[in-house]
Amino acid sequence: MSADWTGLAYLVAAVCFIMALRGLSSPTSARQGNLMGIIGMIIAVTTTLLDPEVISYEIIFAGILVGGSIGTVVALRINMTALPQLVAAFHSLVGMAAVLVAVAAFYHPEAYGIGTFGNIGTASLIEMSIGAAVGAITFSGSVVAFAKLQGLVSGNPVVFPMQHPLNAVIGIAIVALTVALVFGQDPTSFWAIVILSFLIGFLIIIPIGGADMPVVVSMLNSYSGWAACGIGFTLTNTALIITGALVGSAGAILSYIMCKGMNRSIFNVLLGGFGGDTVAAAQQAGGSRSVKQGSADDAAFIMSNANQVIVVPGYGMAVAQAQHALREMADLLKEKGVDVKYAIHPVAGRMPGHMNVLLAEASVPYDEVFELEEINHEFSTADVAFVIGANDVTNPLAKTDPASPIYGMPILDVEKAGTTLFLKRSLGSGYAGVDNELFFRDKTMMLFGDAKKMTEEIVQALN
Amino acid sequence: MMLDATVFTQGLVQVSEVANLAMSAAGGVETAVTGGPSFLHLFTVFVLACFVGFYVVWSVTPALHSPLLSVTNAISSVIIVGGLLAAGPAAELADVDLSSLMGFLAVTLASVNIFGGFLVTQRMLAMFKKKK
Repeated sequence: MSADWTGLAYLVAAVCFIMALRGLSSPTSARQGNLMGIIGMIIAVTTTLLDPEVISYEIIFAGILVGGSIGTVVALRINMTALPQLVAAFHSLVGMAAVLVAVAAFYHPEAYGIGTFGNIGTASLIEMSIGAAVGAITFSGSVVAFAKLQGLVSGNPVVFPMQHPLNAVIGIAIVALTVALVFGQDPTSFWAIVILSFLIGFLIIIPIGGADMPVVVSMLNSYSGWAACGIGFTLTNTALIITGALVGSAGAILSYIMCKGMNRSIFNVLLGGFGGDTVAAAQQAGGSRSVKQGSADDAAFIMSNANQVIVVPGYGMAVAQAQHALREMADLLKEKGVDVKYAIHPVAGRMPGHMNVLLAEASVPYDEVFELEEINHEFSTADVAFVIGANDVTNPLAKTDPASPIYGMPILDVEKAGTTLFLKRSLGSGYAGVDNELFFRDKTMMLFGDAKKMTEEIVQALN
Repeated sequence: MMLDATVFTQGLVQVSEVANLAMSAAGGVETAVTGGPSFLHLFTVFVLACFVGFYVVWSVTPALHSPLLSVTNAISSVIIVGGLLAAGPAAELADVDLSSLMGFLAVTLASVNIFGGFLVTQRMLAMFKKKK
């Protein structure tokens, strides 16, 4: 194919990717969107394979076969509750691929038409080191995020003295090495950039606590996009640049939405140290006050006599895998003529949209599931708010106490419902380490236990 | 919504025009070192693509933010083209050098992502159903 046709094909691929994202504006068009994405990918790969320089089909197909089989098996087997760590793992692969391509381009620039070894253009070298550095950060950062989400390491923030100055020094060193690389063209600087970037990626994610993972996952998504962009510039490939920019802005917007959902700035999240140890200290504080405790029978009685029940799921539901029992409960309530809806807080769960996927998995129709702004006014007319495994996102302190770490965070107004049922394992405070005033109110009934077990008991009581 | 859609289409048109420009530039205005389109052309494509991304992503419904993450993950694996070009020149096993080895590994990793990313997105989207 001539350069013009190749360029045109890459453009078509990029447009397909844009349409893939566009499809996600509604669940009805989303599947077609995904198909467009697949078509775009086939076009991009085929176009590259037709490049006259590409002759090693055996090696390439071996790679695609091995990688493709692993990807297929993982995607088909993965449990939906494990999605956040799967996405983190996938991000790390994109990051690593970017590093590998940058290494290949550095040692064999002829393949990309950007000069010869030791004689690469300045712009290409800068683009290459950006691609390699961002790719390496994406890789090691995602590995840490994966380990935290998978529970391989504690989700608590890891903080130590001089952490941020150290990160700053490494950051400056990477920039300095890039300058050295441009003037010296030596492999030592190049590898030093890669190694320091792996290190900084690791260091910037360890201080961030488990419940801030929605931001981290979105941010790493963004990074993987920018890494692809950097490589796209090196390769002068418009498909890569456009796709990288799409992914980069998608991740950035998601990070912004997640931060706004907590009323925290991105810097506050990135500097880390939020949650963790303070939680342990605060947990003992609430002990002396009395709460109203209920049983599954009480909950079943209250809900079956209600006109409207709004369910507020949180990470606790995901951990206990209670979504199927929850849907059964909702079905029984609906049979009794109760109106059941679901209210989702933007930062519920460990990744953006986590709760929506879990509810969809349990066959909850998506038109019963509402976002915070859509449903918040309905709590005042609802008879029951059923909070399952959520805490901070319902805490009225966010509205009333300027000293609280969650002050200003938009919350679901479950306090306005006739009765608030809290299904929780204990009275413990949430991630932010603050007590939830609601537990001690007269209108609140606490249901202590595992989210799945308790919901199953309620289902039995309803039968 | 209307505004979004218009801006979106305009963005699309702009990007395609610019990309076309960049493409024709590849034959004409070439930079001495790279022989490809100039940095400014690529940068123009990049900036416009950021704007397209901005408007398209804001139109994604929050309920589908998880599939958005997984599908962006899959499409960012288009980085596989870099791996293909690096692995490409090695016709036989004997020709495999550091670069083609890196290319092979990049192709493998990106393939995990392409297949895994699109499939898991498909699985997720298949679960989103309307009320019967």
